[in-house]
This record gives sequence, structure tokens and C-alpha cells, in this order.
Amino acid sequence: MSAINLKVNGKVHAVDVDPTTPLLYVLSDDLALNGPKFGCGLGQCGACTVIVKGQAIRSCITPVKSVEGAEITTLEGLGTFEKPHPLQRAFIEEQAAQCGFCINGVIMTAKAFLDKNPKASEPEIQQAMSGVLCRCFTNVRMLRAINRARDGMTTEGRTREAAAK
Amino acid sequence: MSKHSEVVPNSTLTDDAAAAWGRAGFSRRSFLVGTGALVVSFSMKGALQTAVAQGPFEGGTAGSPPLSQLDSWIAIAADGGVTTYTGKAELGQGISTAQIQLVAEELCVPFERVKLIYCDTAQTPDQGITSGSQSHPTNFNQKNLAQAAATAREALLELASKRLGVSADQLIAADGVIRAKSDPSKKVAYGELVGGKKFEIKLDPNVKRKPASEWTVLGTPARRPDMPAMVTGQFEFVHNVRLPGMLHGRVVRPPAVGATVVNVDEGSVHGLPGVVKVVVKKNFVGVVAEKPWQAIQAANKLKVSWSAGTGLPSHADFYNYLRTQQPTRDTLLVNSKDVDEKLAQAATVVKATYYCPNQMHGSMGTSCAMADVQGDKATLFSPTQGVWPVRNSASILLGLKPENVHVIFRRGSGCYGLNGADTVTYDAALLSQAVGKPVRVQLSRKDEMAWGENYGFAFVMDERAGLDAQGNIVAWDHESWSANLGNRPGYSTPGNVITGTLAGFSPEPFMPRSPAPEPRAYTNNSNGVPSYVAGNVGGKPQGTGTVKSERSLTHNIPSPLFTAPLRSPARLQNTFAHESFMDELAARAKADPVAFRLRHLSDERLIDVVKEAAALANWEARPSPKPQSHRTGVVAGRGFSCVAYEGENGWAAMVAEVEVNQDTGKVTVKRIFFSNDSGPISNPDGLRNQIEGGALQGMSRAMGEEVTWDDQKVTSVDWESYRSLPLGFDVPEIKVKLINRADEAATGAGETSITIVAAAIGNAIFDATGARIRQVPFTPQRVKAALNQTLSQV
Repeated sequence: MSAINLKVNGKVHAVDVDPTTPLLYVLSDDLALNGPKFGCGLGQCGACTVIVKGQAIRSCITPVKSVEGAEITTLEGLGTFEKPHPLQRAFIEEQAAQCGFCINGVIMTAKAFLDKNPKASEPEIQQAMSGVLCRCFTNVRMLRAINRARDGMTTEGRTREAAAK
Repeated sequence: MSKHSEVVPNSTLTDDAAAAWGRAGFSRRSFLVGTGALVVSFSMKGALQTAVAQGPFEGGTAGSPPLSQLDSWIAIAADGGVTTYTGKAELGQGISTAQIQLVAEELCVPFERVKLIYCDTAQTPDQGITSGSQSHPTNFNQKNLAQAAATAREALLELASKRLGVSADQLIAADGVIRAKSDPSKKVAYGELVGGKKFEIKLDPNVKRKPASEWTVLGTPARRPDMPAMVTGQFEFVHNVRLPGMLHGRVVRPPAVGATVVNVDEGSVHGLPGVVKVVVKKNFVGVVAEKPWQAIQAANKLKVSWSAGTGLPSHADFYNYLRTQQPTRDTLLVNSKDVDEKLAQAATVVKATYYCPNQMHGSMGTSCAMADVQGDKATLFSPTQGVWPVRNSASILLGLKPENVHVIFRRGSGCYGLNGADTVTYDAALLSQAVGKPVRVQLSRKDEMAWGENYGFAFVMDERAGLDAQGNIVAWDHESWSANLGNRPGYSTPGNVITGTLAGFSPEPFMPRSPAPEPRAYTNNSNGVPSYVAGNVGGKPQGTGTVKSERSLTHNIPSPLFTAPLRSPARLQNTFAHESFMDELAARAKADPVAFRLRHLSDERLIDVVKEAAALANWEARPSPKPQSHRTGVVAGRGFSCVAYEGENGWAAMVAEVEVNQDTGKVTVKRIFFSNDSGPISNPDGLRNQIEGGALQGMSRAMGEEVTWDDQKVTSVDWESYRSLPLGFDVPEIKVKLINRADEAATGAGETSITIVAAAIGNAIFDATGARIRQVPFTPQRVKAALNQTLSQV
């Protein structure tokens, strides 16, 4: 065990854990966050995705020590009930979920991608989401929600939306 | 037949007893749960395949709030808030939203005023299992929840009538307030009438439901109330249940199927940080530690000696194994006894064999549960589909009284049948009992896939049919082989899932029976009966088709791996065979596949969905395959399929448009068109969501998914070795036409679309290339092999 300082969603937490512990377990167990999920523990499905230094990473295979001091954002850090992030709002608008277990991985992967590629085309978004699973197969709605959020996050998109109204 | 007519106390009818009755020739559909006695009707519905029975067993465990009492379903608080108790769980299919809509509609209150509590043995009535496309028919027709809500409304109107001195038919209820039609100032709110008190009345079996024409909440695309919490990471799944002082468990499963514990060296984890206890119960082994990562490391380091496994049949030769094992349990669904004769007289006889592998639920999150077993009492937080059955079966596992086990449903990861939910509940319960503290268990991905869930069934299916000189089907013969081991644990068989068996319980026994008895009552039996035959049993055609010469015979054998219902169990496999074969027959008759289907159907609702799907897709009438010259490069085609789900529990038809790369065997589905009839539509957006999800899940199962094993163990243990389509694959465009039948009964809606996907894609591959693919999944190698075979025949 060793003391590690983690900066999660803008707050610093001191945790006393085995430094080889995957970040996911620390977020879920020690910090009691519900956003990141255990899906496979192998980095294959995306359920555990968090954003570290702007990159979507798989927290189930990331030793906690390796992200000490780095800015970590989880789904909880994107927005709230009252002020949801455009992606979160788009998922509600499109009712893009069935069981909802994959939503964390889908939204966090899309967030990191759209932040870097705000004008991504639909095929580019599809490509970016090819490493994420949804076993209920809510693909149609989720991809639509991501495209909708992209439109809402750019000026052109907002203009286009306003014109459509 | 009357010797089978019985009256038994309903509390004695466990799930296994129900299965035994099924084996004796009764369908679960004939169980009528009533007023303290259960009347088993003597309408014989023989030939029930017990392993895949999914009928509406509607509960009635001792200790459950009685289904016949209004207070079991509805409570109204002093502030007018409505609390609804239901035994049908939200698994991601949207049924909680629809149930809120139903109650809001019948009770004339806004959607937001209804609080839904589902699946908690301390609060909700026993409605058995949430499965089998039964929630919609069970709770949205003239019984159970729908009847409760309507009974409550009528009772409130009666109370208001007395309070206001106005006759009930001169009152109107809206927004939780009852007013006199003539004088709206004469009013009383629900909370003032019953606030906080019980109704103390029974459900009125003759109560009038609100007609669909008056619906303002039900039938609308109401939004799911769980979405804001889901997207912001606030939603509490079972994985997020945290209890004070909780510990973390990790199971250690055998290295090979059938291996048993020889020795557990507890010293091998002695002194590891956080380790609390090593737990062994027969062949169940686990470790409890303070933190999840500590439990994982200890489980990895624990030295367990296991006996050699009992071995598995060759995976490569498994379909032949299915076909050749003895003894079998045989069931005849229909038998006109003239099939061989008619086939001998037919102008053309067509034969084909189809194959479906074991497939997984493969839930996105591995299964998880939290148990707190202290002394003679247990509290289990479980993602199970049946809290009351698990209460009783876990009580057997733990050696506790059922009334001392409290099971609380918490949502797990998507559930498409019996995933690891029940097994992991047992895991957590056994580990918690050993340490006397709350223990959370979440399986590893490998344990989920190899030692957690009960797989969907593998099937081999022979189809044989005769055509007359005009290309009409004159006889149809279907014969299938499948294997099963274990099942849902029900109320009394913990050995039906892996943990129960490891802990020393047995799965339900295999009951050989051959030859099959003649069918005595008609049952579609998991779509074992093709849609195109008459279904004539007892002198009455009860099927959906016209072909009078008919036989359908099934053979069951014990499975080497645990199995149980997986979304559209057996129905998907049978329908793949029937609908692919129908396409082969149409091609042989040089007929358009849609027109050919319509020629052999008698069921109006099935005919309607066929026509609607064809219209939606602008179907061009012509025989398959598509005339073309080139046998290389990318070619396009379209395929059709349809189903009357379980014969009468949802109707759907589909067109798939595909492109096939003939050089690589890669198939791309470009567009999918669906028509669906599930009776009155309770929530069109929720229904679309189910149809879209079913379509793509069906694609994934058709294109890539297959459980694999070596001679000792399952080898498909992660997302590399078990191939699921990812979120960002080349997703086809999906168009859905919903048929609303406001005056019909509510039917199943969650399994219609997935049932017909594989056949539609296979038929489209044939249309594009002339190559017939008869084995799921349609991997590029198999498509290429089918293409090569076609070329060699040219």
C-alpha cells in the first residue's frame, strides 16, 4: 500500500492503495464513483473509459500509480442533471440506451474524440467507436446521439439546428 | 384426459413442479393462478420442451403479496402520490417506463406521479421470472397490473361518489382528482379518499379498462425516467451497491469441465494483504478480501488441486454428436401421418440441414451481486430475473428458511436470458455466509463467459418438403436435435446453474423418452412448427399456414455445457431453418419469396406483417437468385423472412439488403426493413428501441457469435475469442413499420425482430450470389465456402 494523490473531476483525493491496482477499482471502490464500469478487465470493451490528459483510456488496465497527479475526468465530471454536457443531453434526447451499462464507455470515448475532431464526419465517428461494445445493440441511437452532440458542440452545428427549426 | 385435471394449492407449485407438469403434457399456459387454488386445466398441450418453456407462470409463492389483492399492486399516499408494485423487472427493455404509463393511464394521474417499485421480496408480488416476452402480455391485459390500476380507479370513483353525493357515472377522474361532470367545483383528490390507507379489496376481474382511443399516456413515446441518471453516472446498478463494512469476493472456478476439488492450500494466500478467508464448499471455491484487487490477486495465487476434467465432445464434430447421442427425449409437435406418402408422390422433394451453435448472452458488464448473510438471515442484492424464485432457491443453497431470505433486485448489465445473474447471486451468498459480513462479487470476464452463464442452445435441423408440379408445397417435415443441461433454478433447483452444481446440488434430471407420443393438443412449441403448415391436432387446424401434410419432431439430449433460454430460445434457431428453407423452396418453384410465403399462409396477422415489410422495402417481385453474370467482386441482394412468434405472441417480417464481397466472403448488411405487430403499442419509442436492438443483436449472432471449446474447457472467454459486432461497425439503416392493434391483446415485443434476422440475411446472400449458407454464424470463411460450392455446381 502507498499513499497516492488522484485528481478526479477537479478534486484531489489521497488514497492508500497498492500502486499496481487498476485505476478502475480505485474510482469505483475507494472513491465510490458509479460512472466507470468493469466490463472485461482486458481493455477490450470500453466500459471503464475515463479521460486522462484529453485521452480516453481504459481504466481497468491502467495502474493507478501511472496517473498520479494527472487530471482524470469521469462521466460524473462531464455534466450534471441540471447542466448536462451536450453528449449527455443528446443521449437523453435520442433515448439512446437499453440497459445503460455501456453508456459510460460510449460517451467518454465520444467526448475525447469530438474534443479533438469537432467536425468529424459520420464515418469518422463510426470508426472512432469501433473499439467500444454495446451488447444491447443500441448502435443506431447512440451513433445518432453522438452526431447530434457534435452538431450541438460547434457553431455551424448550432446554426444548422436553428435553421432546421 | 380428465385424470389430469387437478386442483392443487398454488403455493405447492414450484417452478420445477411446473416443469414436471409440463413434462407430463401440460403447458404453463394452462396454469391459472386464481384465488388461493391453482386449477390446472386439462386442455392437453403435450410436447412441451421443458428446457425452453417460457410461458407465463404468474407466481404465487407462500409469503408473496397475493396477486388477487389490490393492495399488493397499488398504494396511494396522502399527497396523492401513487406507488406501484410489480414483479416484472427493468432489464433495459423499457418495461418499467411502460408499466408507469399503464398505471398513470388507468388511474388518470400524470406519469411523474407514479413511483414504480419492482422486484423486492419484501414489497412486490411474485410474478415469477421476467422473461420470454411475457411482461407485456402478463401485465398489460385483463389481469395483474392493468386490472389492478383499473380496479383502483373504479374504487376511487365509488369512494368519491359517496363523499360527493354524486353517482359514479356522473364523475370524471383526471390528474388525480375526481370531479362532478355537472359541477367541477365538487371535487375530491385521491389522497383525501384513501391517502395512506389500504383499499382492502380484490382485483375486479370484470373491471373496464380504458379503451385505447382514450389513452393520453399509454401509447405515447414517454421518455425513460432513468436516462438522466444513466448519462451522468449517477445511476445505481447492482455493481454500485455499497454496504457498510462490505468485503469483496472472488471465485476460483475449475480449470476443466467436470474437474473436482482434490485439495485447497489455504497457506498459499496466507499473509497476502487484505485476505479475510478462503471458502470451500464441495467444488465451490472462493476468496474473500477487504478490497477487490486484493481478492483478485489472492484468487490468482490460491493453490487448488483439481481432478482431471470429464472431457468435452469435439467442437468440430459437435453437430454430428447432437444427431447421434442416445438416449433422447423425443417430442412430436404435429403429425398428419401422411408425410412420407405425400413426399413420395411429390413432383419435387427438397431437403436441407441447418446448424446453429451455442451462443452467449455475453453481457456487457460481468455479473455482480451483493449478499449480506448473518446468522439465519440473508439479504441479497441481485440482478436476477426472478427475485421470488431466487429467494427460495438461495434458501436451499444456504440452508435457511425462505422467509428469512430477502431478495432485492438491482439492475445489472443487459440481460437477454439466463446470464450469470443467478449464479453470481449464489457466489456472493455463499461467500457472505462463510464470513458473516456483506460480500460483493463481480465475476471476471473469463469466469462470466466460461463459468458464469448458461448458454443458448445449439441446434441441428433437418427440413424436407415436397412440391407439386405447380410449385405448391404439399408436405413439410421438420426434425431437430438440441442439447440442454440445467435451466433457470426456479424455486427449488439451485443446481441448474454453475455455482449451485459446484456447491453440491444437481441440475434437473434428463428424462429420456422415445419414441415420442402422438401430439394430443396443439402447441407451436418454440416455433418448432413451421409457419406454413396447418398445425392440425385433434381435428382442428391451429397453425398459421396451409400445408396439411405435416410433421415436426424434436430430439433432446443432455448437453456437455450448461444451457438455458437466450433471447428467442429455440425460436430463433427453428425460425432460421424454416425461413431459410422456405426461401429454398421458393427458389426451387421459381417463385417470388414474398408471394410464395403468402400463398402458404392462413394467419391474417402474419400475412399483414409480410405485406407491410415488403411494401416498406419496395420489394421487387421476382424469384431468387438475382439474375447476374459476374461471380467475382461485390454483388447485392435482398432476403425476406417472417415469424409468428410462438405462433401467437408477436408477429414480424423483415427484409435485409446486403452486399457480398465474393472474393473475401465478407457480407455487409446495408438496409433492414421491419414490420411488427405486438397488439396495442404501449410505447412506440420503446418498441422501436427493442426492434432496432433485436435487429442488430440478431446480426451479431448471425455473423460472428459462437461458443467454442477444446477437449476440456470453453475457449471463447473474452471479446477476442467471442466475436461481437462493436458499436461502430458498418451499421445498416433500419426502417421500422409499427402496426398498432388497439383492440387486440398485448403480446410479446422483445424477441420478434431478433428471431428473423439470420434467415433474412442468409436469404439475401443467396439472392445476391446463388450461394446458400446454412450454418450460423456466417463468417467470411463459411460464405466463401458456400460460394465455392456453388461455383463447383455451375
